[in-house]
This record gives sequence, C-alpha cells and structure tokens, in this order.
Amino acid sequence: MSRLTKAIQSRVEAGETAFIPYIMAGDGGLDGLKEQLLFLQNSGATAVELGIPFSDPVADGPVIQAAGLRSLAHGTTLRDVLEAVKALKSDITLPLVVMTYFNPILQLGLDTFANLAKEARVAGVIVSDLPLEESEILSGVLEPAGIDLVQLVSLTSPRERVERIAKASQGFVYAVTVNGITGTRQSLPEETFKHLAALKSVSPVPVMAGFGVSTPEHVQQLSEVVDGVIVGSFVVDALHRGDRDAILPLLDAARSVRAEV
Amino acid sequence: MTNYTAPVKGRYGNYGGQFVPETLMHALAELEEAYLDAQKDQVFNEEVRYYLEQYVGRENPLYFAERLTKHYGKAKIYLKREDLNHTGAHKINNTVGQALLAKRMGKKKVVAETGAGQHGVATATVSALFGLECTIFMGKEDIRRQQLNVFRMELLGAKVVEVTQGSGTLKDAVNEALRYWVTHVDDTHYIMGSVLGPHPFPQIVRDYQSVIGQETRRQSLAQFEQLPTHVLACIGGGSNAMGMFYPFINDSDVKLIGIEAAGHGVASGKHAASLTGGKVGVLHGAMMHLLQDEAGQIQEAHSISAGLDYPGIGPEHSYLHDLGRVEYTSVTDEEALTALQLLAQTEGIIPALESAHALAHLDVLLPTTTEDDHVVICLSGRGDKDVHTIREALASKEENE
Repeated sequence: MSRLTKAIQSRVEAGETAFIPYIMAGDGGLDGLKEQLLFLQNSGATAVELGIPFSDPVADGPVIQAAGLRSLAHGTTLRDVLEAVKALKSDITLPLVVMTYFNPILQLGLDTFANLAKEARVAGVIVSDLPLEESEILSGVLEPAGIDLVQLVSLTSPRERVERIAKASQGFVYAVTVNGITGTRQSLPEETFKHLAALKSVSPVPVMAGFGVSTPEHVQQLSEVVDGVIVGSFVVDALHRGDRDAILPLLDAARSVRAEV
Repeated sequence: MTNYTAPVKGRYGNYGGQFVPETLMHALAELEEAYLDAQKDQVFNEEVRYYLEQYVGRENPLYFAERLTKHYGKAKIYLKREDLNHTGAHKINNTVGQALLAKRMGKKKVVAETGAGQHGVATATVSALFGLECTIFMGKEDIRRQQLNVFRMELLGAKVVEVTQGSGTLKDAVNEALRYWVTHVDDTHYIMGSVLGPHPFPQIVRDYQSVIGQETRRQSLAQFEQLPTHVLACIGGGSNAMGMFYPFINDSDVKLIGIEAAGHGVASGKHAASLTGGKVGVLHGAMMHLLQDEAGQIQEAHSISAGLDYPGIGPEHSYLHDLGRVEYTSVTDEEALTALQLLAQTEGIIPALESAHALAHLDVLLPTTTEDDHVVICLSGRGDKDVHTIREALASKEENE
C-alpha cells in the first residue's frame, strides 16, 4: 500500500477524517517552507499538498492565483521546491504531494522531475491540467520512482468516467466538490453529497474532497461521505495573513468528527 | 512534402491534446460529439452557409492589387479581402459557425476571450443576431488599447469583463474565460477565437475558417487559371492562416508562408513569435510552441498588434512547422507599419496591423519571384480599429528620426 493511502487509512481507522492542507510553496519565500510544514505536521495534518506556482493557473481562484504570483515574485521554481523539500527530509515525516500544472514539469524534464521528486521523498503528484487521457506520459516515469499520480474527479464527470478515474488513481482520488475553480464557499450543495457517495462506492482508493472547503461544518458534513478533506484557499489565506492558528478549528473538526458520532 | 496526416482525437503529431482540468472534460466530449453530429447535418450546414452569404457578405473578393504589384515589379499580388466581411475581419466566419453550434446544443449563453477586440466584436455580433447572452473577457491593457471595440461590444449588448490578472492581455483573458466556463459549463458555450485551446477547438475553428482558403482556391482557378504560387497569412494564434492554408495543404506546389509578430525584434525578447523564438510546452489545454522561461512560466508576448499578442501558436501550426509544409517567419512592428502605409497609399486600403505583418513579408519574398508567379495574401482585417495606435506609432517614429 502506498504511503499516501496508508496515511489516510490509518486516520480513518482511528475514527478520524483525513485532513490535507494545501500550501503554495514559496509564498513568502522558500525559507519559510520548513516552518510551515512543521506547523502542519505538529498540528496533526495527514499529508500536505505543496502547490507549485504557475503563471497561468486556470483551475485556481483568486486566493491561490495571488499566492502563486507572490511565490513567482520570489523566483520560485519547481526544481527549487524539490531541492528545498529534499533538504527537509529528516524533519518532515508526513507525506508530501506536489500539486502543479503540467508545463513546469515538462520544462524541467519528465525524468529529471521523477528523479528529483524521488530524492525528495515526494509521495504523490497531482497535475491540475492533466486529465486521465493525457496522464500516461507522466505515470510512466512516476511509477518506477514509486510516486503516486493522484487523479481528479469532478461533479461533471459521468458515472462511467468517475469509475474509470477512481480505478486509475493512486494514493487517493481527489474529488472536486464544486463545478469550478479553487476558492472558499458558504455551503456545499446536496448534489455534491450524492456525487461523493457514488464515487466512494466505486473507488478502490480513499476519496478526498477538495475545492470550496473552508469551515469546520464543511469538514463535518463531508466526513460523512468521504475519507477526508483537502483545504486550499483557506489555508493559503491564513498563512499569508500570518494567522496560522485559524487552521486549527478545521483540523480539530477532522480529528474529532467521528468520535462524536 | 505533403505527408500531412489528419489528426486523431485532436493530436497534430505531438501537439494539441486536451490538457484541461477534469471539470472540462465532459464539456469537451459533449462539444466534440455535437460538432461531429452537426457536420453531418445538411440543414445545419446550409444554415451556416446562408448566414455567411447573407449576413457576413461572402464570398469576398480575391482582389488583384495592381499598383502594389507594379511597386514590386515581380509576381502578381492578390489580396483575399477578409477585411470586407461584416465586422471587418475574418473572425466572424468562426463565430457564426460556433454560435449556431451553441444554439444547436441548446446553450443559451456564450463566453469568449478577446485580444484586439475583433473576436469579441464578432462574438457579440452573432450573439445579438442569434439571441444569446454574451460575456467577453478582455485584458486590461487591451481594453486601454482598443477602447472603441469595447464600446462596440457593449453597444451590441455584450458584457465586457476587464481582466487585471497577469499581464492583462489575451492569454490572461483566455485564463479568465476558461475559469468562467469551468463554473458555468452547464448552460454556456465557449466560443474560442483562434485555432487554440483543447481539442476539439483547434479543429472547429480551422474548419469554420477554411472558407477563406476554399474561396481563394476557387477564385484563383477562375481568375488566373491556376493555383497561387505563394500564400501568405499573419499568425497570432493562427486562425486566419489555418483557414487560408488548410485547403492548400495537399497542393505541394503552393508555398505556404505564415508570418509571426517579431515586435521589437526576436533578439530583443520583446516579441510574439512563438515558433521562431519559443519552445514546446502546454498552455490553455494544448501542447504547442510557447514563449516561456526555463522553468516553464509563460512569458508576455509583445506586438504593436493586439491581435497577434499571444505567447502561443495553434497546435496544428506547430505540426505543419515540424513537417516543413508551412514556412514560418516573422516581421517587426516597424516593418509592419511601413507595409501598412504602402498598402494605404498604393491601393487605398488601410489593413489591420495584424494583416500588415503578412504584407511586410512581401519585401523579402517578392525579389525572389517572377512575373509569372501569383502571390495571395490573406488581408485578415481592416485597420479602422488601429488608426489610433498607428497615429501614435508614426508620431513617435518621427520624433526618433
């Protein structure tokens, strides 16, 4: 079983909900990365998604777009991030998932990327603009390196496609809980839950729900149908404002939710 | 030479594809199915043809530019007059087709990006014509450069949304239009303006623009009883060029030449010549040649012409470039301006700055031709929208001299 799957499963078995925060690598400079990761590790995150900045992030809302631009202003590159992570290997034990657009990987070189990611002990990779049909080119180099390629499923994916994606996904399957881009939202619609339940019933890997998750109530509601949640914009915003403690109530909700039931 | 292979599932050699968020995959599959179905529908095709004829004003002339020909004293020069279309450019060929397609798919709303504003105007126009709700995304910088086109779109009932992200130009407008589409995919069709984006857009736009090349082919045979020896078109994303070239792809004796915008010169780094000065990468759903840095961040394109100001080039152009079927070259802002003045003063036609790039290549090409050659240039649009920019550019040129 992959490190990612194992990390999520162990939380679920302990009666918790897995919790994966997303941070934008290099937002505030890569020097701050170690502290951010240690904070999340000590606060009980299950894994961390490490966003790579891209000039044209079509799948992201305003918060992550802005964070990406700040990171790019620091000159952050995919290679820099992987090297920084490699240097933190002894401190950071929780699994890291690199989330990026495809072009930075392509320009670094597929093999170089796989090698650097392996050296950095990266557990998984998510590529926002690499749907199943285009992903073979990348899974071909990640598989020998023992790195999971996590696939995304959306509300618009037809049922047959949902099943195909879930079966191809490694580590976990990333369920996009809204029709749209990343960002915080007030409430999650009913149809989302039906969709997630259907996905959960066919998925051989854990189901993590993301996009639009920003309150302890969201975490609680989602934990009824999936294995865990991914929180992006809210975390990025909290870290940027210097208010990292704002993340803790969500983490608490994830850890306590099933115990309460 | 003409070992052109028709694309399978949107793959032009190694280029093209569907590099999009999963949320869009279903919409693209739906669109592809609807498009293939529409292609087989004779009633639908007749409807498209009807509007191209009665509304756009096709066919437009293949005009023999006699005084321009005398100026060079070599090959005979012909202009394919896309500038005479309703709304003043080739863009409407595509929007008529896609708007009818949107209607056929039962979509009530359309969204589009625009650079120079020509595609925005063409989209707003057909939206008014067919009663579709229209939202246009346009970069802040382009809005400043093309005030009149913004007003035109609003006059036509479209909502123009200013895009301040990134460099505030065409690529950023595409990002926002894609984001909008991702969140409104249920009732909205995205009218892509060039041979760009994920499959099936490059194919749909090329097909609807191919009317340019089909007419040119027919008119050439009727007017000078042979095919042209050379066919020239400017390239930003590459839709007028693709539409002009495609019907000649298998005529190996016809030299096809695409002209990119070299801005201040390719060596200066301030240009929009993706093939001449870019590298293969992925943007806006397709693998193609792109202006980018070593880490894969997309760079801003620079051109005096807002319509060529895009850091990529349609995937089919990347493919034709690798095959060697089309020759790609570039001309600078200044060369384009000079060519624009020459056409204005020899023929009484003020071309769009985009089209002036194709004209500027005549300086290089014509000395290599003979009087028996026939050179056709796609005059993709008229220059009315650019008069302001041209005046400013000529004034600052005079100051520097």
